Amino acid sequence: MYVAVKGGERAIKNAHALLAEDRRGDTGVPELSVAQIREQLRLAVNRVMAEGSLFDPDLAALAIKQARGDLIEAVFLIRAYRTTLPRFGSSRPVDTGAMACSRRISATFKDAPGGQILGPTFDYTHRLLDFRLAAEGQDLPKPATADPVAGPVPHITSFLNREGMIETDRPGDELPPDLTREPMELPAARALRLQAITRGDEGFILSLAYSTQRGYGRTHAFVGELRIGTVAVELDIPELGFAVEIGEVELTECETVNQFTGSKTEPPQFTRGYGLVFGQTERKAIAMSLVDRALRWKELGEDDTGAPAQDEEFVLMHADNVQATGFLEHIKLPHYVDFQSELELVRKLRAEGAAQRPEAAE
Amino acid sequence: MTASVAPTDPEDRRIWMGVLARARPERLAELMPAEPDENPVILRQPEIGTVMVQGRIGASGGPFNLGEMTVTRCTLRLQSGVVGHAHVQGRSKDHARRAALVDALMQTDRAAQLRRDVLEPLAQEEADRRRARAEKAAATKVEFFTLVRGEDR
Repeated sequence: MYVAVKGGERAIKNAHALLAEDRRGDTGVPELSVAQIREQLRLAVNRVMAEGSLFDPDLAALAIKQARGDLIEAVFLIRAYRTTLPRFGSSRPVDTGAMACSRRISATFKDAPGGQILGPTFDYTHRLLDFRLAAEGQDLPKPATADPVAGPVPHITSFLNREGMIETDRPGDELPPDLTREPMELPAARALRLQAITRGDEGFILSLAYSTQRGYGRTHAFVGELRIGTVAVELDIPELGFAVEIGEVELTECETVNQFTGSKTEPPQFTRGYGLVFGQTERKAIAMSLVDRALRWKELGEDDTGAPAQDEEFVLMHADNVQATGFLEHIKLPHYVDFQSELELVRKLRAEGAAQRPEAAE
Repeated sequence: MTASVAPTDPEDRRIWMGVLARARPERLAELMPAEPDENPVILRQPEIGTVMVQGRIGASGGPFNLGEMTVTRCTLRLQSGVVGHAHVQGRSKDHARRAALVDALMQTDRAAQLRRDVLEPLAQEEADRRRARAEKAAATKVEFFTLVRGEDR
């Protein structure tokens, strides 16, 4: 028989004090500041902003410090904080064609107008540990400069559009569904799927995208364009009667070009997958565009091969790492009563089994 | 006494509000250290909230919700009745209040002085930052060249 008891308060309080001490680590080592995390662990900050679905580098850096570098815990903290804030409205859709690009590459067109700009990339590094970084106070190499391309850099897929070789998206200004306001309903519109994927767990989206490359819902993706940079965010202010820029955000955008053989109504042409994520987060943006394209099989009249990446419910219901970790980790919390009933049941079954087998009792 | 009201071009106002919103809070405070003795009435206390940022499907299609950003807003009124307004990125209430005050004063005869002392330095520093970033990115542009092939000899 189980009797409800109290008595965890002191243990919990002491556990949290121990957590605080462990978070600080060796006090002989200088404490990490939030600004240091924001500036020097920027890709971790970006991931927390993308999956926390809140663009604020200082808050993301604070969350990483508090979570001791556990990024999913940091995402959880950001999501929780976000729920305490009022929402003032929705921005106008950002214009990624006007992005101030710090990186912009195409795997399909070598001579794209605007050129291939590598930017601050890990690509072409040798992936050898650099022990010079272990020594502090070293001199930084000074980056070279060159005259920037004047004017906006056009999207590379727009060149394919001219020949009608690639599908075009229908522009619109309808209010998109918002999964933070209404529970997700399936089947989901593409706008809702993109919202769920852009805030989804990077590891989960990466694995799904990889599975499509290995043949589970293959879509033959090329990276038509990958760009990283800042865009202005504009908000309509009702009191003023016009839109003003309220700031700017760094984004990573990926457009894939995929094969499509055509249908009864459409000539053979290329189709597109789309990824757009907060911060410099290119692995996530590429993965997002592959998963977006795989989920479009029905709309494009493709075969359902039963691949996980084609299964909208499977993808959308398991992409959120805060939901996932909440359900997963709750099973470590006290389940004494549940387990007690299971124990009783097994004992009863065993007793019944023993009673029906008198020879075993002899 | 406070300044009189000057007619304001909405496009001009849109631009300065953008400059104020994107300014770093510390820098705006540096350029405007002492509050001018306007004694404004705060119509809406600085308030921290979010704005849902939208993207477009495939960069040119219908909108979708990308995620939120933090924004602080503030509205105030000068003694002369001119209303100043601010929506600024981030969570600095001081930033929002200062931006709203500059917005209000820019609609008065103090506009020229504020443009010279606050807005132009902010806009110039922002342009310099952007240019420096663009120049460093441009230096990473790939210059393809074709190797001489056998048949070209």
